[in-house]
Amino acid sequence: MKEFMTTKEVVGPLILVTDCGDVGYGEVAEITMPDGQTRHAMVLQTSHDLALLQVFEGTSGINPGTTRVRFTAKPLQIGLTPDMIGRVFDGLGRPKDGGPVPIPKKRVSINGSPLNPVSRAYPNEFISTGISAIDGLNTLVRGQKLPIFSGAGLPHARIAAQIARQATISTGEEFSVVFAALGVTFEEANFFIEGLKATGADARSVLFINLASDPVIERIAIPRMALSCAEYLAFELGYHVLVIMTDMTNYCEALREIGAARREIPGRRGYPGYMYTDLASLYERAGRIRDKKGSITQMPILTMPDDDKTHPIPDLTGYITEGQIMLSRSLERAGVYPPIDVLPSLSRLRDKGIGDGKTREDHADLSSQLFASYARGREARELAVILGESALSPIDVTYVRFAEEFEKRFVSQGEFEDRNITATLELGWELLSILPKAELKRVHKEFLEKYGKA
Amino acid sequence: MGTITRISGPLVEARDLNEAFMYELVKVGEVGLFGEIIEMRSGIVSIQVYEDTETLKPGEPVSCTGVPLSALLGPGLIGSIYDGLQRPLPVLQSKYGDFVARGVIEPALDQSRKWDFVATKTEGQVGEGDIIGTVQETDIVAHKIMIPAGVKGRIEGIKSGEYTITEPIGYVIDGEKKHELKLAQTWPVRISRPVQKRLPPKDPMVTGQRVLDMLFPIAKGGTACVPGPFGSGKTVVQHQLAKWADADIIVYVGCGERGNEMTDVLDEFPKLVDPKTGAPLMNRTVLIANTSNMPVAAREASVFLGATIAQYFRDMGYSVAMMADSTSRWAEAMREISGRLEEMPGEEGFPAYLASRVAGFYERAGQTECIGTPEREGTLSIIGAVSPPGGDLSEPVVQATLRAVKVFWALDSQLAYRRHFPAINWLNSYSLYASEVGPSFDRSVGEGWTKYRQRAMTILDEEARLEEIVRLVGQDALSPKQRLTLEFARSIREDFLQQNAFVAEDTYTSPQKQLMLLTAICELYDGAAGVIETQEQYSALLSNPVREKISRAKMTPEPADGFFAGLMKEIEQALAQIGGMQ
Repeated sequence: MKEFMTTKEVVGPLILVTDCGDVGYGEVAEITMPDGQTRHAMVLQTSHDLALLQVFEGTSGINPGTTRVRFTAKPLQIGLTPDMIGRVFDGLGRPKDGGPVPIPKKRVSINGSPLNPVSRAYPNEFISTGISAIDGLNTLVRGQKLPIFSGAGLPHARIAAQIARQATISTGEEFSVVFAALGVTFEEANFFIEGLKATGADARSVLFINLASDPVIERIAIPRMALSCAEYLAFELGYHVLVIMTDMTNYCEALREIGAARREIPGRRGYPGYMYTDLASLYERAGRIRDKKGSITQMPILTMPDDDKTHPIPDLTGYITEGQIMLSRSLERAGVYPPIDVLPSLSRLRDKGIGDGKTREDHADLSSQLFASYARGREARELAVILGESALSPIDVTYVRFAEEFEKRFVSQGEFEDRNITATLELGWELLSILPKAELKRVHKEFLEKYGKA
Repeated sequence: MGTITRISGPLVEARDLNEAFMYELVKVGEVGLFGEIIEMRSGIVSIQVYEDTETLKPGEPVSCTGVPLSALLGPGLIGSIYDGLQRPLPVLQSKYGDFVARGVIEPALDQSRKWDFVATKTEGQVGEGDIIGTVQETDIVAHKIMIPAGVKGRIEGIKSGEYTITEPIGYVIDGEKKHELKLAQTWPVRISRPVQKRLPPKDPMVTGQRVLDMLFPIAKGGTACVPGPFGSGKTVVQHQLAKWADADIIVYVGCGERGNEMTDVLDEFPKLVDPKTGAPLMNRTVLIANTSNMPVAAREASVFLGATIAQYFRDMGYSVAMMADSTSRWAEAMREISGRLEEMPGEEGFPAYLASRVAGFYERAGQTECIGTPEREGTLSIIGAVSPPGGDLSEPVVQATLRAVKVFWALDSQLAYRRHFPAINWLNSYSLYASEVGPSFDRSVGEGWTKYRQRAMTILDEEARLEEIVRLVGQDALSPKQRLTLEFARSIREDFLQQNAFVAEDTYTSPQKQLMLLTAICELYDGAAGVIETQEQYSALLSNPVREKISRAKMTPEPADGFFAGLMKEIEQALAQIGGMQ
């Protein structure tokens, strides 16, 4: 295979190679540095005798005159085998745990292909996470993509680890966790790895790790590696896969970096105009396929810059994903763990995953009532801040008390506490007993009689 | 045959395509990916490719097809689900597997299926748009077979019988020329199908959604825009319209949205029954699915493909409604291609022609006199969802859309947050059809339509002002009358405007029931305002069981005339009782 020593420009993570003949779009190239080490790059733009490449491991040390570039004529691929389970890989799919390179059964392009909408099966199976604020009010469903919108300093990692742990325990079927760390710190990555090990779930997990100190550009490839692996586990081996990707903010920053290096016209806040499409090409790889056993459930985590929900990253994510779990700084300050603010949180697929035969018949009514009552309690509490508590009517005072209890007992729970759905629902009814029966307009009378507490 | 010179994502440049014309459909590369010529500059043509260009190389061939991107129109459209290039997705699935393969082509309509054609015109002169026969496509759709554009002359050899879409059903003799007539015809998607005459829209399109029909109605042939931040329920509104709008044909375009939403439609529509005809909703629906992970360039094609199919049915004299969810994704695709073409950007990186493209799209709607005989009128209503970033309505796509449409249903995240659905803000939304559609409702449903609509709008407006006061000085500052107004508004909001799309009794409300429900609310509170003087009377009203009955009235199964007659009596009694307390 021909090697080219015709690198002409190096800008940020990009290099321009000339006189290289016709190179395929999206093709992978191997770069040999003067000192003999190799790096990988992908073609971003190509015309006759000219190729623009993005170097995954970064361009530091590249010398235009002496660096050799070899084109592989293949897109970026990942080798897949069941032996990947229980292993740790880096951003290009190379083992990072010191073990041998698994021998692949098949190789696929990491970009995958779009799933035919006709082939999709609608997600409608309940996943128990053991967390009341999620199971009770924002129920996660198998095949859903439900991100956690967090902020710097909030315990999203602990919550994600708890979900990974408890969702693993409560299902009897083949279950696997694919974890992709995108530019997180060593501590955060380590926290996940240790957390999975502690419950033995690491034996059923595949980890892809790109640390904050690793090359930025690898972050573009790593979620696609992880999702290709998840698709293999789910749709060929029949696993129910939970994919956790953290932190999507770092991924978007990497996208912006490449866009800037390519001198593209930026969209909002400097992020590329195609960021929606790019994120969709990741998030839409969640789901179920008709007549296939496995499923991919995605839980991406992103930290909202300045806790701003309208920032392009959470905004575009929210448009693609099926709801969001929103963490709240004020709940965190009030000592509530997990600090999930249930009001702006939403699970769009909830209604198809709950009810008789899935959770319990009263689930929909109960959660709708809890939402409404908590919202009213919060409103009253805000009013009390402005006008003073004495301005509240007696019923509003009751609502405020309900809201406090709700936060303290329903939302709040132990990091290792796995509350099953019955316990969550019973707790909900118990809290509703704070309110007068006449206020419970959103629950059917028969459920109130059957499940309501005196 | 041309040669690729440059590849940048979905944009490919090629040379040596001297015969090519603008917007011609081309096949790119060895794999034969579909693309469309969007720019020609000194021997280099720019092509937007509708499929993933991975592994494509400079030097690979590009071939012209000689036709612009066109839709195949004929029996078999109804109940189909297509991608943006009109490839039938179920066929792709059965032939190529669960993932969409590149470079594959399948005919949009089943070519082997025999249709029962009934000729209605067998002799004489015909011209463009003339109906020569029908095919009963589904139990509720009679597919009218029309003479294609540009064909006129003496008709010959037309016979009823069983035909596939490729077999000739007869001929048109135009002097020396002999045209073969078939059940199907083609039309370029970027060109709006012509009409005899445009007419102003005047009839209401009943949607069964109380907030829409009563407060912000849309006319048949009208245009509407549904902007809203994520989680505010845009898609549910679009689905509800696709389910319940009283149109003959529904074209639903899922453009750059979630795959699971299309699955939801596919699962649900065959099971749902049209309240008018009793047939499954799928029997009047065409679906176009270009989900967010499918290639970007095809999003634009999907919107125009939908409009072309919709116009084709309109030309048969049907009332057609098209939903596009979401036009923002189409605009983003335009932005991406524009950026790669290195065009001078307008606002927020969108191309300068954004507004004209958007306006051109909505202009395809309308009430029209169709070309050809027999004389007939068709309507096409277009309802586009917009997904403004951060819910910011000042962004370019919303603004360009607002200049083109006449109905604005503003979804509000605050309402969604309070679980008020449909989360359509009654203070910001508007409908410019209200003045035409209101009198029509007055005639067809009942006298009070315009009156009670106005009353409800006034009360909601007043509520907004009183809320300001409450926020500043607390509820105690209000007089009993003002408190009554707040109760009135609350009742309108909770008992009338809120509608649960997922509850069978509530998902669709007939205009008759809508009017009775609003009448009951207005009569109770306006009546109360006339008799209440003291705090005791006010408290008596609040504890009166008739309020509880009104709050459950929307759940009454139809026909509900008896229930509402009883309710009106109870309201009268309650008012008399409260009035008598002095």
